Amino acid sequence: MSAPLLFAAPELPLGTSGKYVAAAYIVVLALILAYVAIMAVRAQRLERELDELRRDVEAARASDDDRETESVL
Amino acid sequence: MPSTTYGKGLRGLALATLITFSAALVLVFFYAPLDQTQGFVQKIFYVHVPLAIVSLCGFVFGGLLAIGYLRTGDRKWDMRSYVAIHMGLIFGIGGLITGSIWAKASWGHWWVWNEPTLVSFLIVLLLFATYQPLRFSIEDPERQSRYASVFAIVAGAFVPLNYIAVQAATAYVHPRVLTLSSANLPPSMGLTFAVSLVAFALLYVTLWKYEMAAKNARSQVRRLRRTLLGDDLARPAGRSAAPL
Repeated sequence: MSAPLLFAAPELPLGTSGKYVAAAYIVVLALILAYVAIMAVRAQRLERELDELRRDVEAARASDDDRETESVL
Repeated sequence: MPSTTYGKGLRGLALATLITFSAALVLVFFYAPLDQTQGFVQKIFYVHVPLAIVSLCGFVFGGLLAIGYLRTGDRKWDMRSYVAIHMGLIFGIGGLITGSIWAKASWGHWWVWNEPTLVSFLIVLLLFATYQPLRFSIEDPERQSRYASVFAIVAGAFVPLNYIAVQAATAYVHPRVLTLSSANLPPSMGLTFAVSLVAFALLYVTLWKYEMAAKNARSQVRRLRRTLLGDDLARPAGRSAAPL
């Protein structure tokens, strides 16, 4: 749907300044992408921490159960 | 302690940001006329100026949030202030780089030291760049939050003062397309600029909420670890200047 719109749009007078404009917009895009990438890495780290916490809690619960069983016996 | 959910409304906000950004790009390249003196390179204006404005507003916002910490002693205000300043720095770096590219295209130099607006923006950015090392150098969390808040308030107050001082001193140096009293832009350029500014402001708020949600989730995991396992060493692997 957007392709005909792009073809109908007037041609941009890029000239020699086109590369500078492109560079400025690419910098903004790169900054946003870098930020999102860093946040994605942090989200993965958080996921690992949560996983670790779940395992630790399960292990602690299991050892509590063992102690209770031993005390009953 | 009741937990705050920063992720609430984040999806809608992200969508609004995306739509506004798309609209801004269409307006910039297919609606706004070419500047008579600068030509196509003036299109950088629509990213450079909003980035700089949002960045400076972010610093002031960080200072206002820091007041919340000093008033209440609640560390969530410190975390909000930290993220606001952190986002302001990212936007500021974007503004600085795009401004530098614009300067090269217009003036033939990447940087001009005798341009007061550029240099004053750099000074503000460097001032806030010391915020994280300041936090980093203080081990005690309470003192870290207090000192960082005082810094954020003082530096945040410096931002408008700096702007007014530079404007008063250099009314004839930097091209003034925007002033507090009037906007010297044709309506089509003004509309495009306004949409770009809203897009960047929305991006700032979206990323601020996103980072707050991430930090909040992380601190809750640590709190849970402490509560469930009595783990006092529930600190991140490696040192972090971020409040938890």
